[in-house]
Amino acid sequence: MTSQPTTAPRRTDGGTPKLRLEAVHHAYRDVKVLDGVSLELAAGELVTILGPSGCGKSTIFSILTGTTAPAAGIVLVDGAPLGASSERFAVMPQTDALLPWRRVIDNVTLGLEVQGVSRRDARARVTPLLETFGLDEFTRAYPFELSGGMRQRAALLRTVVQDRSVMLLDEPFGALDALTRTDMQTWLESVWGTFGASVLLITHDIREAVFLSDRVYVLSPRPARVVAEVTVPLARPRRLEDVGSSMFVDIEIELRQILAAIRGRHA
Amino acid sequence: MSTARRPGATADPRPLGRFGWVPALAIIAAAIATWQIYAMRSGVSPQILPSPARVVDAGWAARDALWTNTVATLEETAFGFLVAVVLALGLSLLIDASGILRTALMPLLIGSQTLPLVAIAPLVIIWFGFGLTPKVLLVALLSFFPITVALLEGYQATDPDVERLLMSMGAGRWRRYRSARLPTAMPFFFAGLRIAITYSIVVAIFAEYAGASSGLGIYIEQETHVFRTDLVFAAVLVTTLLTITLFAATYLLERLLIPWYRISRRVDRR
Ligand SMILES: Nc1ncnc2c1ncn2[C@@H]1O[C@H](COP(=O)(O)OP(=O)(O)O)[C@@H](O)[C@H]1O
Ligand SMILES: [Mg+2]
Repeated sequence: MTSQPTTAPRRTDGGTPKLRLEAVHHAYRDVKVLDGVSLELAAGELVTILGPSGCGKSTIFSILTGTTAPAAGIVLVDGAPLGASSERFAVMPQTDALLPWRRVIDNVTLGLEVQGVSRRDARARVTPLLETFGLDEFTRAYPFELSGGMRQRAALLRTVVQDRSVMLLDEPFGALDALTRTDMQTWLESVWGTFGASVLLITHDIREAVFLSDRVYVLSPRPARVVAEVTVPLARPRRLEDVGSSMFVDIEIELRQILAAIRGRHA
Repeated sequence: MSTARRPGATADPRPLGRFGWVPALAIIAAAIATWQIYAMRSGVSPQILPSPARVVDAGWAARDALWTNTVATLEETAFGFLVAVVLALGLSLLIDASGILRTALMPLLIGSQTLPLVAIAPLVIIWFGFGLTPKVLLVALLSFFPITVALLEGYQATDPDVERLLMSMGAGRWRRYRSARLPTAMPFFFAGLRIAITYSIVVAIFAEYAGASSGLGIYIEQETHVFRTDLVFAAVLVTTLLTITLFAATYLLERLLIPWYRISRRVDRR
Protein backbone atom coordinates (compact mmCIF):
# COMPACT_ATOMS: atom_id res chain seq x y z
CA MET A 1 0.00 0.00 0.00
CA THR A 2 1.26 3.49 -0.78
CA SER A 3 1.39 6.12 1.88
CA GLN A 4 -0.36 8.49 -0.53
CA PRO A 5 -4.07 8.50 0.27
CA THR A 6 -6.14 7.41 -2.66
CA THR A 7 -9.50 8.96 -3.17
CA ALA A 8 -10.95 6.10 -5.16
CA PRO A 9 -12.26 3.05 -3.36
CA ARG A 10 -10.22 -0.08 -3.97
CA ARG A 11 -12.90 -1.59 -6.07
CA THR A 12 -11.71 -2.73 -9.47
CA ASP A 13 -14.70 -2.22 -11.72
CA GLY A 14 -15.31 -4.31 -14.75
CA GLY A 15 -13.64 -7.60 -13.75
CA THR A 16 -15.41 -10.69 -12.50
CA PRO A 17 -16.37 -10.10 -8.88
CA LYS A 18 -14.66 -12.25 -6.27
CA LEU A 19 -18.03 -13.11 -4.84
CA ARG A 20 -21.54 -12.70 -6.13
CA LEU A 21 -24.93 -13.55 -4.67
CA GLU A 22 -27.93 -13.46 -6.99
CA ALA A 23 -31.48 -13.54 -5.63
CA VAL A 24 -30.60 -15.82 -2.74
CA HIS A 25 -33.58 -17.04 -0.75
CA HIS A 26 -33.57 -18.96 2.46
CA ALA A 27 -36.00 -20.08 5.17
CA TYR A 28 -35.56 -21.97 8.41
CA ARG A 29 -38.60 -24.24 8.36
CA ASP A 30 -41.47 -21.77 7.93
CA VAL A 31 -39.50 -18.65 8.85
CA LYS A 32 -38.41 -16.76 5.76
CA VAL A 33 -34.99 -15.26 6.41
CA LEU A 34 -33.53 -14.23 3.06
CA ASP A 35 -35.86 -12.85 0.43
CA GLY A 36 -33.79 -12.55 -2.72
CA VAL A 37 -30.53 -11.10 -1.55
CA SER A 38 -28.16 -9.97 -4.33
CA LEU A 39 -24.76 -8.52 -3.66
CA GLU A 40 -21.18 -8.68 -4.84
CA LEU A 41 -17.67 -8.25 -3.57
CA ALA A 42 -14.81 -7.24 -5.86
CA ALA A 43 -11.21 -8.27 -5.31
CA GLY A 44 -9.52 -6.10 -2.72
CA GLU A 45 -12.75 -4.52 -1.60
CA LEU A 46 -14.15 -4.19 1.92
CA VAL A 47 -17.92 -4.38 1.75
CA THR A 48 -20.25 -4.14 4.71
CA ILE A 49 -23.60 -5.79 5.19
CA LEU A 50 -25.55 -3.49 7.48
CA GLY A 51 -28.85 -4.60 8.89
CA PRO A 52 -30.93 -4.92 12.05
CA SER A 53 -30.36 -7.82 14.45
CA GLY A 54 -31.97 -11.07 13.39
CA CYS A 55 -32.55 -10.01 9.78
CA GLY A 56 -30.45 -12.83 8.32
CA LYS A 57 -26.91 -11.45 8.06
CA SER A 58 -25.19 -14.44 9.67
CA THR A 59 -27.28 -16.73 7.49
CA ILE A 60 -25.60 -15.21 4.42
CA PHE A 61 -22.25 -16.27 5.89
CA SER A 62 -23.47 -19.82 6.64
CA ILE A 63 -24.47 -20.05 3.01
CA LEU A 64 -21.09 -18.81 1.85
CA THR A 65 -19.23 -21.30 4.05
CA GLY A 66 -21.43 -24.14 2.87
CA THR A 67 -22.89 -24.96 6.30
CA THR A 68 -26.34 -23.91 5.05
CA ALA A 69 -27.69 -24.65 1.60
CA PRO A 70 -29.79 -21.79 0.21
CA ALA A 71 -33.37 -22.58 -0.74
CA ALA A 72 -32.94 -20.72 -4.03
CA GLY A 73 -30.53 -18.38 -5.76
CA ILE A 74 -27.02 -18.39 -7.14
CA VAL A 75 -23.72 -17.98 -5.35
CA LEU A 76 -20.69 -17.42 -7.56
CA VAL A 77 -17.03 -17.43 -6.54
CA ASP A 78 -14.81 -15.93 -9.24
CA GLY A 79 -17.70 -16.50 -11.62
CA ALA A 80 -18.06 -20.23 -10.81
CA PRO A 81 -20.84 -21.79 -8.71
CA LEU A 82 -19.97 -22.08 -5.02
CA GLY A 83 -20.40 -25.86 -5.01
CA ALA A 84 -17.95 -26.31 -7.86
CA SER A 85 -15.33 -24.09 -6.26
CA SER A 86 -12.88 -25.62 -3.82
CA GLU A 87 -12.11 -22.19 -2.46
CA ARG A 88 -12.59 -21.65 1.25
CA PHE A 89 -13.15 -18.39 3.05
CA ALA A 90 -11.55 -17.34 6.32
CA VAL A 91 -14.38 -16.76 8.76
CA MET A 92 -14.55 -14.85 11.99
CA PRO A 93 -17.77 -15.93 13.70
CA GLN A 94 -20.00 -13.58 15.64
CA THR A 95 -18.81 -15.03 18.95
CA ASP A 96 -15.02 -15.16 18.88
CA ALA A 97 -15.14 -18.99 19.15
CA LEU A 98 -11.70 -19.20 20.72
CA LEU A 99 -11.03 -22.62 22.20
CA PRO A 100 -10.65 -22.29 25.98
CA TRP A 101 -8.26 -25.25 26.17
CA ARG A 102 -5.80 -23.75 23.71
CA ARG A 103 -3.36 -21.00 24.49
CA VAL A 104 -3.48 -17.91 22.28
CA ILE A 105 -0.66 -19.16 20.05
CA ASP A 106 -2.45 -22.47 19.46
CA ASN A 107 -5.77 -20.75 18.89
CA VAL A 108 -4.46 -18.47 16.19
CA THR A 109 -2.79 -21.36 14.34
CA LEU A 110 -5.95 -23.52 14.36
CA GLY A 111 -6.83 -22.80 10.74
CA LEU A 112 -3.34 -23.63 9.52
CA GLU A 113 -3.37 -26.81 11.57
CA VAL A 114 -6.60 -27.88 9.89
CA GLN A 115 -4.97 -27.13 6.52
CA GLY A 116 -2.27 -29.63 7.47
CA VAL A 117 0.53 -27.15 8.17
CA SER A 118 2.89 -28.49 10.81
CA ARG A 119 2.82 -26.88 14.22
CA ARG A 120 6.30 -25.46 13.79
CA ASP A 121 5.57 -23.92 10.38
CA ALA A 122 2.23 -22.59 11.59
CA ARG A 123 3.89 -20.83 14.51
CA ALA A 124 6.57 -19.44 12.24
CA ARG A 125 3.92 -17.95 9.99
CA VAL A 126 2.00 -16.40 12.86
CA THR A 127 4.93 -15.02 14.85
CA PRO A 128 5.65 -11.93 12.71
CA LEU A 129 2.00 -10.89 13.00
CA LEU A 130 1.67 -11.23 16.77
CA GLU A 131 3.03 -7.77 17.42
CA THR A 132 0.80 -6.09 14.85
CA PHE A 133 -2.15 -7.67 16.61
CA GLY A 134 -0.89 -6.64 20.04
CA LEU A 135 -0.69 -10.25 21.18
CA ASP A 136 3.06 -10.79 21.40
CA GLU A 137 3.04 -10.72 25.20
CA PHE A 138 0.05 -12.99 25.51
CA THR A 139 0.90 -15.96 23.32
CA ARG A 140 1.01 -18.30 26.33
CA ALA A 141 -2.22 -16.98 27.87
CA TYR A 142 -5.54 -18.79 27.72
CA PRO A 143 -8.40 -16.92 26.01
CA PHE A 144 -10.32 -16.44 29.26
CA GLU A 145 -7.34 -14.55 30.63
CA LEU A 146 -7.63 -11.93 27.87
CA SER A 147 -9.64 -8.72 27.67
CA GLY A 148 -12.49 -8.49 25.18
CA GLY A 149 -10.43 -6.46 22.72
CA MET A 150 -7.54 -8.92 22.86
CA ARG A 151 -9.88 -11.86 22.30
CA GLN A 152 -11.25 -10.16 19.19
CA ARG A 153 -7.74 -9.50 17.91
CA ALA A 154 -6.80 -13.13 18.52
CA ALA A 155 -9.90 -14.26 16.61
CA LEU A 156 -9.06 -11.85 13.82
CA LEU A 157 -5.46 -13.04 13.64
CA ARG A 158 -6.70 -16.63 13.45
CA THR A 159 -8.78 -15.49 10.47
CA VAL A 160 -6.04 -13.50 8.76
CA VAL A 161 -3.31 -16.17 8.92
CA GLN A 162 -5.48 -18.62 7.03
CA ASP A 163 -4.37 -16.59 4.04
CA ARG A 164 -7.61 -16.88 2.09
CA SER A 165 -8.51 -14.43 -0.62
CA VAL A 166 -11.85 -13.67 1.05
CA MET A 167 -12.44 -12.96 4.73
CA LEU A 168 -15.91 -13.04 6.25
CA LEU A 169 -16.11 -11.06 9.49
CA ASP A 170 -19.36 -11.41 11.42
CA GLU A 171 -19.79 -8.44 13.75
CA PRO A 172 -16.14 -8.60 14.73
CA PHE A 173 -16.46 -5.86 17.34
CA GLY A 174 -20.09 -6.32 18.31
CA ALA A 175 -19.33 -7.62 21.78
CA LEU A 176 -17.00 -4.77 22.74
CA ASP A 177 -17.70 -1.59 24.67
CA ALA A 178 -17.91 1.62 22.62
CA LEU A 179 -14.40 2.88 23.39
CA THR A 180 -12.66 -0.41 22.69
CA ARG A 181 -14.74 -0.79 19.55
CA THR A 182 -13.56 2.58 18.23
CA ASP A 183 -9.95 1.60 19.01
CA MET A 184 -10.37 -1.69 17.20
CA GLN A 185 -12.00 -0.06 14.17
CA THR A 186 -9.16 2.43 13.85
CA TRP A 187 -6.65 -0.33 14.31
CA LEU A 188 -8.32 -2.59 11.72
CA GLU A 189 -8.43 0.29 9.21
CA SER A 190 -4.70 0.87 9.73
CA VAL A 191 -3.72 -2.76 9.15
CA TRP A 192 -6.25 -4.42 6.88
CA GLY A 193 -4.78 -3.04 3.66
CA THR A 194 -1.69 -5.15 4.30
CA PHE A 195 -3.64 -8.41 4.34
CA GLY A 196 -4.50 -8.21 0.67
CA ALA A 197 -7.83 -9.99 1.05
CA SER A 198 -11.33 -9.00 0.04
CA VAL A 199 -13.48 -8.55 3.09
CA LEU A 200 -17.18 -9.00 3.64
CA LEU A 201 -18.06 -7.54 7.02
CA ILE A 202 -21.32 -7.80 8.92
CA THR A 203 -22.32 -5.09 11.36
CA HIS A 204 -25.28 -3.30 12.81
CA ASP A 205 -23.11 -0.29 13.70
CA ILE A 206 -23.62 2.50 11.13
CA ARG A 207 -20.45 4.38 12.01
CA GLU A 208 -18.39 1.18 11.76
CA ALA A 209 -19.88 0.55 8.32
CA VAL A 210 -18.96 4.01 7.03
CA PHE A 211 -15.53 4.06 8.64
CA LEU A 212 -14.36 0.72 7.28
CA SER A 213 -16.18 0.13 3.99
CA ASP A 214 -15.79 0.84 0.32
CA ARG A 215 -19.46 0.00 -0.09
CA VAL A 216 -22.36 -0.69 2.23
CA TYR A 217 -25.36 -2.92 1.56
CA VAL A 218 -28.32 -2.10 3.77
CA LEU A 219 -30.64 -5.02 4.53
CA SER A 220 -34.26 -4.82 5.53
CA PRO A 221 -35.58 -6.54 8.67
CA ARG A 222 -36.37 -10.23 8.25
CA PRO A 223 -36.90 -11.52 5.61
CA ALA A 224 -33.82 -9.66 4.42
CA ARG A 225 -33.62 -7.89 1.08
CA VAL A 226 -31.02 -5.37 -0.03
CA VAL A 227 -32.81 -2.03 0.28
CA ALA A 228 -29.85 0.21 -0.56
CA GLU A 229 -26.26 0.13 -1.76
CA VAL A 230 -24.16 3.08 -0.63
CA THR A 231 -20.61 3.82 -1.82
CA VAL A 232 -18.18 5.39 0.65
CA PRO A 233 -15.63 7.36 -1.40
CA LEU A 234 -13.58 8.49 1.62
CA ALA A 235 -9.80 8.45 1.12
CA ARG A 236 -7.74 5.73 2.79
CA PRO A 237 -6.21 5.18 5.16
CA ARG A 238 -8.98 6.70 7.20
CA ARG A 239 -8.27 8.28 10.54
CA LEU A 240 -10.38 8.86 13.58
CA GLU A 241 -10.72 12.58 12.66
CA ASP A 242 -12.46 11.63 9.41
CA VAL A 243 -15.52 10.67 11.43
CA GLY A 244 -16.23 14.41 11.73
CA SER A 245 -15.71 15.23 8.04
CA SER A 246 -18.75 16.42 6.14
CA MET A 247 -18.61 13.52 3.67
CA PHE A 248 -18.55 11.02 6.53
CA VAL A 249 -21.41 12.72 8.31
CA ASP A 250 -23.48 12.93 5.12
CA ILE A 251 -23.15 9.22 4.45
CA GLU A 252 -23.85 8.39 8.07
CA ILE A 253 -27.06 10.45 7.96
CA GLU A 254 -28.07 8.89 4.66
CA LEU A 255 -27.70 5.37 6.12
CA ARG A 256 -29.50 6.38 9.28
CA GLN A 257 -32.44 7.66 7.20
CA ILE A 258 -32.59 4.51 5.11
CA LEU A 259 -32.64 2.36 8.25
CA ALA A 260 -35.25 4.55 9.91
CA ALA A 261 -37.44 4.40 6.79
CA ILE A 262 -37.39 0.60 6.53
CA ARG A 263 -37.97 0.21 10.24
CA GLY A 264 -40.96 2.51 9.97
CA ARG A 265 -42.31 0.41 7.14
CA HIS A 266 -41.95 -2.80 9.17
CA ALA A 267 -43.26 -1.40 12.46
CA MET B 1 -16.22 -16.68 28.56
CA SER B 2 -17.61 -18.90 25.85
CA THR B 3 -21.23 -19.89 26.01
CA ALA B 4 -20.52 -23.60 26.22
CA ARG B 5 -22.14 -25.24 29.19
CA ARG B 6 -19.79 -26.77 31.68
CA PRO B 7 -20.42 -29.14 34.54
CA GLY B 8 -20.52 -27.50 37.93
CA ALA B 9 -20.75 -24.07 36.37
CA THR B 10 -23.35 -23.11 38.95
CA ALA B 11 -22.70 -25.47 41.85
CA ASP B 12 -19.03 -25.83 42.67
CA PRO B 13 -18.39 -29.46 43.60
CA ARG B 14 -15.28 -28.37 45.42
CA PRO B 15 -16.36 -25.66 47.84
CA LEU B 16 -13.23 -26.29 49.88
CA GLY B 17 -10.95 -23.28 49.92
CA ARG B 18 -7.53 -23.25 51.48
CA PHE B 19 -8.87 -24.03 54.98
CA GLY B 20 -12.10 -25.59 53.82
CA TRP B 21 -11.04 -29.01 55.11
CA VAL B 22 -11.00 -27.77 58.74
CA PRO B 23 -14.74 -28.19 59.40
CA ALA B 24 -14.81 -31.58 57.67
CA LEU B 25 -11.94 -32.78 59.81
CA ALA B 26 -13.51 -31.37 62.99
CA ILE B 27 -16.77 -33.24 62.38
CA ILE B 28 -14.97 -36.52 61.72
CA ALA B 29 -12.83 -36.05 64.84
CA ALA B 30 -15.90 -35.29 66.95
CA ALA B 31 -17.71 -38.38 65.64
CA ILE B 32 -14.74 -40.64 66.37
CA ALA B 33 -14.33 -39.17 69.86
CA THR B 34 -18.03 -39.73 70.64
CA TRP B 35 -17.85 -43.29 69.37
CA GLN B 36 -14.70 -43.98 71.43
CA ILE B 37 -16.24 -42.59 74.63
CA TYR B 38 -19.49 -44.49 74.07
CA ALA B 39 -17.67 -47.80 73.40
CA MET B 40 -15.58 -47.39 76.56
CA ARG B 41 -18.33 -46.21 78.94
CA SER B 42 -21.33 -48.28 77.85
CA GLY B 43 -19.63 -51.64 78.26
CA VAL B 44 -20.96 -52.80 74.88
CA SER B 45 -19.27 -55.96 73.64
CA PRO B 46 -16.48 -55.30 71.11
CA GLN B 47 -18.05 -57.99 68.93
CA ILE B 48 -21.02 -55.69 68.53
CA LEU B 49 -19.34 -52.29 68.54
CA PRO B 50 -15.54 -52.14 68.87
CA SER B 51 -13.98 -48.81 69.81
CA PRO B 52 -12.11 -46.88 67.12
CA ALA B 53 -8.85 -47.48 68.97
CA ARG B 54 -9.48 -51.21 68.95
CA VAL B 55 -10.31 -51.10 65.22
CA VAL B 56 -7.02 -49.40 64.47
CA ASP B 57 -5.07 -51.77 66.74
CA ALA B 58 -6.62 -54.88 65.24
CA GLY B 59 -6.23 -53.49 61.74
CA TRP B 60 -2.57 -52.77 62.31
CA ALA B 61 -1.98 -56.28 63.72
CA ALA B 62 -3.69 -57.74 60.62
CA ARG B 63 -1.99 -55.35 58.22
CA ASP B 64 -0.45 -58.08 56.04
CA ALA B 65 -3.80 -59.75 55.38
CA LEU B 66 -5.49 -56.36 54.89
CA TRP B 67 -2.79 -55.25 52.45
CA THR B 68 -2.97 -58.42 50.33
CA ASN B 69 -6.73 -58.17 50.09
CA THR B 70 -6.65 -54.45 49.39
CA VAL B 71 -4.30 -55.03 46.49
CA ALA B 72 -6.64 -57.68 45.11
CA THR B 73 -9.65 -55.33 45.32
CA LEU B 74 -7.68 -52.45 43.89
CA GLU B 75 -6.62 -54.60 40.97
CA GLU B 76 -10.22 -55.56 40.16
CA THR B 77 -11.33 -51.97 40.50
CA ALA B 78 -8.54 -50.62 38.33
CA PHE B 79 -9.05 -53.13 35.51
CA GLY B 80 -12.82 -52.83 35.66
CA PHE B 81 -12.56 -49.09 35.62
CA LEU B 82 -10.18 -49.08 32.71
CA VAL B 83 -12.54 -51.29 30.72
CA ALA B 84 -15.38 -48.95 31.68
CA VAL B 85 -13.51 -45.87 30.44
CA VAL B 86 -12.56 -47.47 27.12
CA LEU B 87 -16.11 -48.77 26.68
CA ALA B 88 -17.60 -45.38 27.56
CA LEU B 89 -15.34 -43.53 25.13
CA GLY B 90 -16.08 -45.93 22.30
CA LEU B 91 -19.82 -46.13 22.90
CA SER B 92 -20.25 -42.41 23.46
CA LEU B 93 -18.43 -41.61 20.22
CA LEU B 94 -20.55 -44.11 18.28
CA ILE B 95 -23.78 -42.86 19.83
CA ASP B 96 -22.88 -39.20 19.41
CA ALA B 97 -21.86 -39.61 15.79
CA SER B 98 -24.91 -41.60 14.76
CA GLY B 99 -28.56 -40.84 15.37
CA ILE B 100 -29.54 -44.42 14.56
CA LEU B 101 -27.14 -45.88 17.11
CA ARG B 102 -28.44 -43.45 19.70
CA THR B 103 -31.98 -44.74 19.37
CA ALA B 104 -30.75 -48.32 19.01
CA LEU B 105 -28.33 -48.42 21.92
CA MET B 106 -29.68 -46.08 24.58
CA PRO B 107 -32.54 -48.36 25.77
CA LEU B 108 -30.07 -51.23 26.04
CA LEU B 109 -27.61 -49.13 28.02
CA ILE B 110 -30.26 -47.83 30.38
CA GLY B 111 -31.57 -51.39 30.73
CA SER B 112 -28.11 -52.57 31.72
CA GLN B 113 -28.25 -50.22 34.67
CA THR B 114 -31.49 -51.64 36.01
CA LEU B 115 -29.99 -55.11 36.57
CA PRO B 116 -29.92 -55.65 40.34
CA LEU B 117 -26.38 -56.40 41.44
CA VAL B 118 -27.58 -58.95 44.04
CA ALA B 119 -29.08 -61.01 41.24
CA ILE B 120 -26.39 -60.76 38.60
CA ALA B 121 -23.23 -60.86 40.72
CA PRO B 122 -23.65 -64.54 41.71
CA LEU B 123 -24.58 -65.41 38.12
CA VAL B 124 -21.54 -63.71 36.64
CA ILE B 125 -19.39 -65.54 39.22
CA ILE B 126 -20.95 -68.85 38.21
CA TRP B 127 -20.31 -68.07 34.53
CA PHE B 128 -16.76 -66.80 34.85
CA GLY B 129 -15.39 -68.40 38.00
CA PHE B 130 -13.84 -67.02 41.16
CA GLY B 131 -11.01 -65.13 39.51
CA LEU B 132 -10.45 -61.60 38.30
CA THR B 133 -12.66 -61.69 35.18
CA PRO B 134 -16.14 -61.61 36.77
CA LYS B 135 -15.16 -58.72 39.05
CA VAL B 136 -13.71 -56.73 36.19
CA LEU B 137 -16.89 -57.35 34.20
CA LEU B 138 -19.17 -56.33 37.04
CA VAL B 139 -17.19 -53.20 37.86
CA ALA B 140 -17.11 -52.24 34.16
CA LEU B 141 -20.83 -52.95 33.73
CA LEU B 142 -21.84 -50.68 36.56
CA SER B 143 -19.39 -47.84 36.03
CA PHE B 144 -19.32 -47.37 32.25
CA PHE B 145 -22.78 -45.84 32.27
CA PRO B 146 -22.20 -42.62 34.24
CA ILE B 147 -19.06 -42.01 32.19
CA THR B 148 -20.89 -42.59 28.90
CA VAL B 149 -23.75 -40.29 29.86
CA ALA B 150 -21.32 -37.60 31.03
CA LEU B 151 -19.40 -37.79 27.75
CA LEU B 152 -22.58 -37.63 25.67
CA GLU B 153 -23.67 -34.55 27.56
CA GLY B 154 -20.20 -33.13 27.10
CA TYR B 155 -20.20 -33.52 23.32
CA GLN B 156 -23.57 -31.78 23.17
CA ALA B 157 -22.15 -28.81 25.06
CA THR B 158 -19.83 -28.01 22.15
CA ASP B 159 -20.17 -24.42 20.98
CA PRO B 160 -21.94 -24.62 17.58
CA ASP B 161 -19.97 -21.58 16.42
CA VAL B 162 -16.73 -23.47 17.05
CA GLU B 163 -18.01 -26.38 15.04
CA ARG B 164 -19.10 -24.17 12.15
CA LEU B 165 -15.74 -22.41 12.31
CA LEU B 166 -13.91 -25.73 12.01
CA MET B 167 -16.11 -26.73 9.09
CA SER B 168 -15.39 -23.43 7.36
CA MET B 169 -11.70 -24.26 7.76
CA GLY B 170 -12.29 -27.56 6.00
CA ALA B 171 -12.15 -29.79 9.08
CA GLY B 172 -13.59 -33.27 8.67
CA ARG B 173 -15.61 -35.09 11.26
CA TRP B 174 -12.72 -36.72 13.11
CA ARG B 175 -10.87 -33.41 13.25
CA ARG B 176 -13.94 -31.76 14.73
CA TYR B 177 -14.11 -34.42 17.42
CA ARG B 178 -10.43 -34.06 18.16
CA SER B 179 -10.36 -30.26 18.17
CA ALA B 180 -13.76 -29.41 19.61
CA ARG B 181 -16.14 -32.10 20.83
CA LEU B 182 -13.72 -34.24 22.84
CA PRO B 183 -11.98 -31.33 24.59
CA THR B 184 -15.37 -29.76 25.38
CA ALA B 185 -16.48 -33.05 26.90
CA MET B 186 -13.40 -33.50 29.08
CA PRO B 187 -14.64 -31.65 32.19
CA PHE B 188 -17.89 -33.65 31.93
CA PHE B 189 -15.83 -36.82 31.56
CA PHE B 190 -14.03 -36.14 34.82
CA ALA B 191 -17.32 -35.42 36.58
CA GLY B 192 -18.59 -38.80 35.34
CA LEU B 193 -15.35 -40.45 36.37
CA ARG B 194 -15.84 -39.29 39.95
CA ILE B 195 -19.32 -40.78 40.12
CA ALA B 196 -18.11 -44.01 38.58
CA ILE B 197 -15.04 -44.43 40.76
CA THR B 198 -17.09 -44.50 43.96
CA TYR B 199 -19.37 -47.15 42.46
CA SER B 200 -16.44 -49.19 41.28
CA ILE B 201 -15.00 -50.07 44.65
CA VAL B 202 -18.35 -50.86 46.18
CA VAL B 203 -19.19 -53.10 43.22
CA ALA B 204 -15.81 -54.85 43.40
CA ILE B 205 -16.30 -55.57 47.08
CA PHE B 206 -19.83 -56.78 46.55
CA ALA B 207 -18.70 -59.05 43.73
CA GLU B 208 -16.05 -60.55 46.01
CA TYR B 209 -18.67 -61.05 48.65
CA ALA B 210 -20.57 -63.14 46.13
CA GLY B 211 -17.58 -65.36 45.56
CA ALA B 212 -13.84 -64.82 45.50
CA SER B 213 -10.57 -66.17 46.82
CA SER B 214 -9.16 -62.81 47.88
CA GLY B 215 -10.18 -59.18 48.25
CA LEU B 216 -11.68 -56.92 50.88
CA GLY B 217 -15.17 -58.28 50.21
CA ILE B 218 -14.24 -61.86 51.00
CA TYR B 219 -12.14 -60.68 53.92
CA ILE B 220 -15.14 -58.84 55.40
CA GLU B 221 -17.28 -61.94 54.94
CA GLN B 222 -14.77 -64.23 56.63
CA GLU B 223 -14.19 -61.95 59.60
CA THR B 224 -17.94 -61.46 60.04
CA HIS B 225 -18.32 -65.23 60.37
CA VAL B 226 -15.77 -65.39 63.18
CA PHE B 227 -17.20 -62.32 64.93
CA ARG B 228 -14.09 -60.19 64.42
CA THR B 229 -16.15 -57.03 64.14
CA ASP B 230 -13.02 -54.96 64.78
CA LEU B 231 -11.41 -56.39 61.63
CA VAL B 232 -14.62 -55.85 59.64
CA PHE B 233 -14.51 -52.20 60.67
CA ALA B 234 -10.81 -52.05 59.81
CA ALA B 235 -11.59 -53.34 56.30
CA VAL B 236 -14.38 -50.79 55.96
CA LEU B 237 -11.97 -48.06 57.02
CA VAL B 238 -9.50 -49.19 54.36
CA THR B 239 -12.30 -49.17 51.77
CA THR B 240 -13.21 -45.61 52.69
CA LEU B 241 -9.61 -44.44 52.51
CA LEU B 242 -9.22 -46.18 49.17
CA THR B 243 -12.32 -44.49 47.76
CA ILE B 244 -11.22 -41.06 48.96
CA THR B 245 -7.76 -41.62 47.50
CA LEU B 246 -9.12 -42.65 44.10
CA PHE B 247 -11.59 -39.77 44.16
CA ALA B 248 -8.75 -37.35 44.85
CA ALA B 249 -6.71 -38.99 42.11
CA THR B 250 -9.33 -37.99 39.55
CA TYR B 251 -8.77 -34.34 40.49
CA LEU B 252 -5.03 -34.81 40.13
CA LEU B 253 -5.53 -36.41 36.73
CA GLU B 254 -7.89 -33.62 35.72
CA ARG B 255 -5.33 -31.03 36.70
CA LEU B 256 -2.66 -32.81 34.67
CA LEU B 257 -4.72 -33.52 31.58
CA ILE B 258 -6.89 -30.41 31.33
CA PRO B 259 -4.98 -27.72 33.24
CA TRP B 260 -6.94 -24.98 31.45
CA TYR B 261 -10.17 -26.04 33.14
CA ARG B 262 -9.11 -25.16 36.67
CA ILE B 263 -7.62 -21.87 35.56
CA SER B 264 -10.73 -20.94 33.58
CA ARG B 265 -12.94 -21.54 36.60
CA ARG B 266 -10.67 -19.48 38.78
CA VAL B 267 -10.86 -16.65 36.26
CA ASP B 268 -14.65 -17.00 35.97
CA ARG B 269 -15.11 -16.58 39.69
CA ARG B 270 -13.12 -13.36 39.85
N1 LIG C 1 -30.23 -22.73 12.53
C1 LIG C 1 -31.34 -21.98 12.62
N2 LIG C 1 -32.55 -22.56 12.74
C2 LIG C 1 -33.68 -21.82 12.83
N3 LIG C 1 -33.70 -20.49 12.82
C3 LIG C 1 -32.54 -19.84 12.71
C4 LIG C 1 -31.29 -20.54 12.61
N4 LIG C 1 -30.29 -19.63 12.51
C5 LIG C 1 -30.88 -18.42 12.55
N5 LIG C 1 -32.23 -18.54 12.66
C6 LIG C 1 -33.19 -17.42 12.68
O1 LIG C 1 -33.05 -16.75 11.46
C7 LIG C 1 -33.09 -15.36 11.65
C8 LIG C 1 -31.84 -14.71 11.09
O2 LIG C 1 -30.73 -15.15 11.83
P1 LIG C 1 -29.28 -14.57 11.58
O3 LIG C 1 -28.89 -14.84 10.19
O4 LIG C 1 -28.40 -15.13 12.64
O5 LIG C 1 -29.51 -13.01 11.81
P2 LIG C 1 -28.46 -11.84 12.07
O6 LIG C 1 -27.10 -12.38 11.91
O7 LIG C 1 -28.81 -10.79 11.06
O8 LIG C 1 -28.71 -11.33 13.46
C9 LIG C 1 -33.27 -15.12 13.13
O9 LIG C 1 -34.62 -14.86 13.38
C10 LIG C 1 -32.85 -16.41 13.76
O10 LIG C 1 -33.58 -16.63 14.92
MG1 LIG D 1 -25.67 -12.53 13.33
